[in-house]
Amino acid sequence: MPDNLTTPTPAAEMVNATINGIKVQAPKGANIIEAGERVGVFVPHYCYHKKLAISGICRMCLVEVGGPMRGPDDKPVLNPDGTPKIAMAPRLSIGCNTPVTEGMVIVTNSPAVKQAQNAVMEFFLINHPLDCPICDQAGECKLQEYSVEFGKDASRFREEKVHKPKQVDLGPRVMLDDERCILCSRCIRFMRDVAKDDCLGFVNRGSHTTLACWPGKKLAGNYSLNTVDLCPVGALTDKDFRFKMRVWFLKETKSICTSCATGCNTVIWSRENVVYRQTPRENDAVNQCWMCDAGRHNYKHINAASRLKKALVSGKEMGYADALKQLGPKLKAALADRASVAFVGSGRATNEELYLFSILAKGGVSDCVPRTWDGDNFLVNADRNPNGAGAKIFGVAAQPMGSKLTVIADGIKAGRIKTLIVHQEDVNRRGIGADLLAKLSLLVVVDFRPTETTKAAHFVLPGVTYAEKRGTFTNANGRVQRVWPAVSLGGEERSDWEIFRDLLRETGQPDRFGDIAALFADMAANVKPFAGLSLEKIGGGGVQISVT
Amino acid sequence: MKIERKPLTLWERLYLPAIISGMMLTFSHLFRKKVTLRYPEEKPEMPPGYRGQPVLVKDDEGRVKCVACQLCEFVCPPRAIRIKPMAYPENAKYKKVEKTPEEFEIDMIRCIFCGYCEEVCPERAIFLRGPYSVTGLSRKDMVFNKEKLLELGGTLPDPIKKWRKK
Ligand code: SF4
Ligand code: SF4
Ligand code: SF4
Ligand code: SF4
Ligand code: FES
Repeated sequence: MPDNLTTPTPAAEMVNATINGIKVQAPKGANIIEAGERVGVFVPHYCYHKKLAISGICRMCLVEVGGPMRGPDDKPVLNPDGTPKIAMAPRLSIGCNTPVTEGMVIVTNSPAVKQAQNAVMEFFLINHPLDCPICDQAGECKLQEYSVEFGKDASRFREEKVHKPKQVDLGPRVMLDDERCILCSRCIRFMRDVAKDDCLGFVNRGSHTTLACWPGKKLAGNYSLNTVDLCPVGALTDKDFRFKMRVWFLKETKSICTSCATGCNTVIWSRENVVYRQTPRENDAVNQCWMCDAGRHNYKHINAASRLKKALVSGKEMGYADALKQLGPKLKAALADRASVAFVGSGRATNEELYLFSILAKGGVSDCVPRTWDGDNFLVNADRNPNGAGAKIFGVAAQPMGSKLTVIADGIKAGRIKTLIVHQEDVNRRGIGADLLAKLSLLVVVDFRPTETTKAAHFVLPGVTYAEKRGTFTNANGRVQRVWPAVSLGGEERSDWEIFRDLLRETGQPDRFGDIAALFADMAANVKPFAGLSLEKIGGGGVQISVT
Repeated sequence: MKIERKPLTLWERLYLPAIISGMMLTFSHLFRKKVTLRYPEEKPEMPPGYRGQPVLVKDDEGRVKCVACQLCEFVCPPRAIRIKPMAYPENAKYKKVEKTPEEFEIDMIRCIFCGYCEEVCPERAIFLRGPYSVTGLSRKDMVFNKEKLLELGGTLPDPIKKWRKK
């Protein structure tokens, strides 16, 4: 695992403190914000982020802190009833940079704290443009939220506000509005410490302090959009999502990124069956709070107008059930001679789909298309198939993956292979060209988009993308993670596992995979690495299995 | 409670005087100025401040005041409003306003004329001030698009020049 993706080790030593009179146990070294979280006491904060270095510059997290008093003899001073006497510090402390110590007394709801929060909010808003009607952050803006909870209802500021650059092009994917920036430096720390691309910094002084890229640099790395998530206000916005839709209309669906074998946990934001954006979802075992820009923006194909919404029989559109009825006997006849059938599965398919595919492909030659590019030493895996591990577990892929594609091509050329079943791959671009495809007597393709291969196919059954189905993926480290349907095209398309279930039934296999839970249970019973697992157990965070 | 009924006086019992005075009032109206209109040939002139259907307004410079914040779309109880926001193109006159509606539709069949959109609008861009009658020959006719809403709304000068200073 890359070195900057280490999971925090459980701290052994605990200290006892009280927050607003509630007793709390926190690991030694934890700060007041983290300790408060354990007992449901919320300390407002802007610059603090649990995955970033502490900078303590926003002052939003001010709290009252005290501790057991010590006399001149360095002995604890006791109250008449024998309890230690508590001395409160004369000034407020910042919760993010104050570690909890034994016996510490923390107060977050006193008049002094409230006054401080109110004053800090007032300072933040002095030069703030209040662009909310045109600001993409509105609805998920910490300045808006804290303003309601901790701020004043009206401004006392009558002077002209300081104006700073607006609509600044920070990089290919990120837009900056300096007037909205509250100078929390989260973006700077992320780029410096996590993305290891120190490109941002503050210039000028006082009220004129401005966020900018260092001369000659751009916020251009493949992790630049994480700064947009981190930015508590609307200073940094995603150019792709900019002005597309208000966040309060968007439905959140848990998912995972299927752009590489890391399988970063994500949230898909959609409205009325259109995906508008993807953001990372925290999972310390996989991606912490981050994801790469390429994966984040890899959702356009879900909304594409060219998607297949109907089955195609020799290029003619047809209902799914009718196409299945025509295909059934032909496929059954073809499968009678397994040596003449080849299968190209997909490393982009779910475990459930690969399991059904492997049952269908038993006895025939089968392989998947490998996709390897450069990985980085952070999140991006060199293997761009999200479920290459699964394809290996189920034996759908050859060892090494892709080595049998030439065997299939040669088989078709020699006339040995007469039937080809393809899942979600454009084999036309993978060495099985149109001339070879034309030689086949039966080409069945399950895909969600038209390709050169679907054009040549006798039967095309319309599948769906990862954002429309249930299922699990196995990432490069053997972590099984779930996806949930976020959108639906509303056409004749089916979840791919349903298509393979129907194909198995049509070819005379016992129909034992009623729904996804039954299918998963069957898979868990028959495939060793998945033994004992169920969809509920995998849940939102995933489960580690051993892949050998 | 018991209500005492007074017996009618002789004058009242005569009946005709009351009829005649009533008729006189009725006939006297024949010779006064007409107060009715021959609707729909004649359309009523609505006073300023008339609360009609929701429409979009422009400011005195002719700028579309709506910035497509979509708050009215959110607040509208029957979900009559549909907005597609867009960024002002690079060389647009009001580029500094950044955002504007590409499309803005109100389904006047759905609208219940509650006025929430006017109340919520942070830009004072939508007002219930439209014409007296809202009619159309089909459901589609009753979905008013941006152009139509702006035409019905016209110009409404606003003392607050929020975007001047940007
Ligand atoms: S950053 Fe927040 S408060 Fe500021 S304009 Fe944007 S939404 Fe409004
Ligand atoms: S741009 Fe956002 S994250 Fe960066 S310093 Fe400003 S407010 Fe903080
Ligand atoms: S008046 Fe009420 S119902 Fe009509 S568009 Fe406005 S908010 Fe919607
Ligand atoms: S609330 Fe006002 S500014 Fe916002 S979209 Fe509606 S009309 Fe436009
Ligand atoms: S969160 Fe503590 S100073 Fe910013």
